[in-house]
Amino acid sequence: MGRLDLVAIEKVAKRFGSERALAGVSMELRGSSMCALLGHNGAGKTTLLGVLSTLVRPSSGKIAYRAGGKDVTGEDVRREIGMLAHQSLCYAELTAVENLELFAGLYDVRDANIDALLDKVGLDKRARHRASRTYSRGMVQRLALARALLTRPSLLLLDEPFTGLDRGGALALGEQLGEIKAQGTIVVVVTHDLEAIAGRADHVAILRRGSLVFEERGDAYSYETLKDIYHRHAN
Amino acid sequence: MSLFRQAARIAWKDLRVELRSKEIVATMIFFGALLVVIYSFAFPHDDKAVRSSVPGMLWVAIAFTGTIALGRAFDRERENDTMRALLLSPVPRLAVFLGKAVAMAALVLSVAVIVTPLLALFLDAPLFDYAGELALVVVLGALGIAVIGSVFAATLLKVRSRDVLLPVILYPLLVPLFVAGTKTTAALVQVHPNTEAAWYWIRFLGIYDAAFLVLSLWVFESLVIE
Repeated sequence: MGRLDLVAIEKVAKRFGSERALAGVSMELRGSSMCALLGHNGAGKTTLLGVLSTLVRPSSGKIAYRAGGKDVTGEDVRREIGMLAHQSLCYAELTAVENLELFAGLYDVRDANIDALLDKVGLDKRARHRASRTYSRGMVQRLALARALLTRPSLLLLDEPFTGLDRGGALALGEQLGEIKAQGTIVVVVTHDLEAIAGRADHVAILRRGSLVFEERGDAYSYETLKDIYHRHAN
Repeated sequence: MSLFRQAARIAWKDLRVELRSKEIVATMIFFGALLVVIYSFAFPHDDKAVRSSVPGMLWVAIAFTGTIALGRAFDRERENDTMRALLLSPVPRLAVFLGKAVAMAALVLSVAVIVTPLLALFLDAPLFDYAGELALVVVLGALGIAVIGSVFAATLLKVRSRDVLLPVILYPLLVPLFVAGTKTTAALVQVHPNTEAAWYWIRFLGIYDAAFLVLSLWVFESLVIE
């Protein structure tokens, strides 16, 4: 199965009981693009990422995942998704290497170069064989990123990826995301740190109370433009 | 084949985490041993009383310690949202369920392996006269607890009052299993053991486990996706 190059979100709505989290969101995510999914807390960004990740079932509407014009479904979709969530999605009792070995096995990734990946995300060599419960917030975030990148996903979903990183770390991560995008990956970033994605995000979508109130594609947006768009449409 | 390989990988991960922390097993064994000590003081030690009460003691210990294990094992998956990582992976969700259930059964069995000899020792109970049959019924009981418990523990993972709800939902469903376990054990420890009755209840337990395994495999995915 090939890499995903198009994700079409069609009138996706999600309710949790009487709470409306998403109200008929439609948009397309394309390969080699970085979508900055913005909005205030409670706007529905995390729910949309959940639906995109296949772990939240939409109340109505659907998402079509395509690779080379063909629909991709089920386990083949999940194989292509990398996710960095609010929590690390890693086992605290296992070391960084053990965590990545576990997930490499679950994803059937046979040629995973775990040390190179941990070098890439900047996880200290001495910490790699220590239980991850001993890590600082920033180290946990680096491990979580390594887990998300381990499978070379073609759809990378990132929920506040810069949390816990210092300014240098956040900018370096932003740079890495730019490289990942350039390799053909669909990158979706939920963040309030507009500076870290400035110059890389080329697709902006703003959610307000579950509705898509703004969507635009362009060249890589500057920090000022992103800030301006956010303040004009998120409020 | 991949399903079982991946289930084994998940089960081994659970056991590896537990071997490292020893948190669940230590708590279960301590609690199980404590129950045995309490029984040994609270119940008469004459042969007739022991033969009639030891089956209940064994299965109450298995039930209570099993619930402790279920709650904590799934709490662990909640701490760093690792259940989401498992469900997000391309592994069949049945493999996730089977892996969790096998690891859980191993934990329950590890306690049974400690509690049963302790009961035999403290109460001078003839639990090992039919060791093969007893081992079989305990294995089937552990599997049943693990299968039924894993479905509900996973379903309640995001429910705030899951610690209270889990036993409330679980115990009614486990009643037939405990009845079968107790009846089998009782039939085996009588002065004149009734192996025919024991095998009747062992077969019942096997069918009960199989039915819930099929049902659990069928509903697990729809229960864990929001």
